[in-house]
Amino acid sequence: MVADRSEFPGDDGPAWWDHEAGPVVRPYMVTGGRVEPVSADFDLISHVVAITSLAAETRSPEHQLILGVTQEPKSVAEVAARVDLPVGVVRVLLCDLLSDGQIARYDPPDTEELPNIETLQAVIHGLRAL
Amino acid sequence: MDSVRSDAAPPQALKILVAGGFGAGKTTMVGAVSEISPLRTEEVLTTAGMDTDDTTGVATKTTTTVAMDFGRITINPSLVLYLFGTPGQNRFWFLWDELATGALGAVVIADTRRLADSFAAIDYFEQRGTPFVVAVNCFDAEQVYTDQQVREALDIDGHVPILLCDARDRLSVKNVLITLVEHVLLMVRSAVPAA
Repeated sequence: MVADRSEFPGDDGPAWWDHEAGPVVRPYMVTGGRVEPVSADFDLISHVVAITSLAAETRSPEHQLILGVTQEPKSVAEVAARVDLPVGVVRVLLCDLLSDGQIARYDPPDTEELPNIETLQAVIHGLRAL
Repeated sequence: MDSVRSDAAPPQALKILVAGGFGAGKTTMVGAVSEISPLRTEEVLTTAGMDTDDTTGVATKTTTTVAMDFGRITINPSLVLYLFGTPGQNRFWFLWDELATGALGAVVIADTRRLADSFAAIDYFEQRGTPFVVAVNCFDAEQVYTDQQVREALDIDGHVPILLCDARDRLSVKNVLITLVEHVLLMVRSAVPAA
């Protein structure tokens, strides 16, 4: 979401380039050509939260952008949407931030089993209350 | 897994998939109940689409972007539900596997004008054993078929709920989601041996 970037320094106003012309920089330039995260993959609903301040040094502006949107816990899918980068790229950047000790990750239970009865009842209750 | 667990842990996250053919109303349905405007995540594919993409005249194009729309519902402070609209094109099935892993269940939206568009999603969830309901999207409140007629046309097992809905209507979509989770609850209960 381009609009969300306006709160970060160095990005004032709408982008000047034409989106129809395609990305100015190929997405994987951001990751230095890496396409596979180094450590275990991040699920789309894994949550990440920044554990360093925004002033911390990062490897790139994109890493900084991610630190900016994860000041509150966010799902990986949400982070990707907010920084407007492909999920595959965001996963690689998150791995960098994780190994640099700048974010913490929280994974959903690693299981194919359905949630327990109590959780399902809580979901039904919550949906009815919407 | 090098995950961190502490008292300050974010809420437990659950996901429900919203599937259906192109234009069936997936994004509309997500938007009707999401507390945030539907967000879009994109995945860039460099080779997967090459066999089927018509690259005539765009010989340099080697990437395809596939978009997944999603929304969020906070159930309570410790439980958050994510709704993911699945990519419509069949050639992105491999992305469905990631989405379906760990999913609570799925809603297959059927458009009665193009019922066949929902066959693939129904087959997928049946084979995978993912609990699902079929939501027949009634455009312009036009109810041409009964749910029984749709059930027969789609050849759906008797235990799979089918209901009519309006993907634009919050209450209607809420009802679809409740029906799905109740269906899942029934499956979990029947799997637990009676005490």
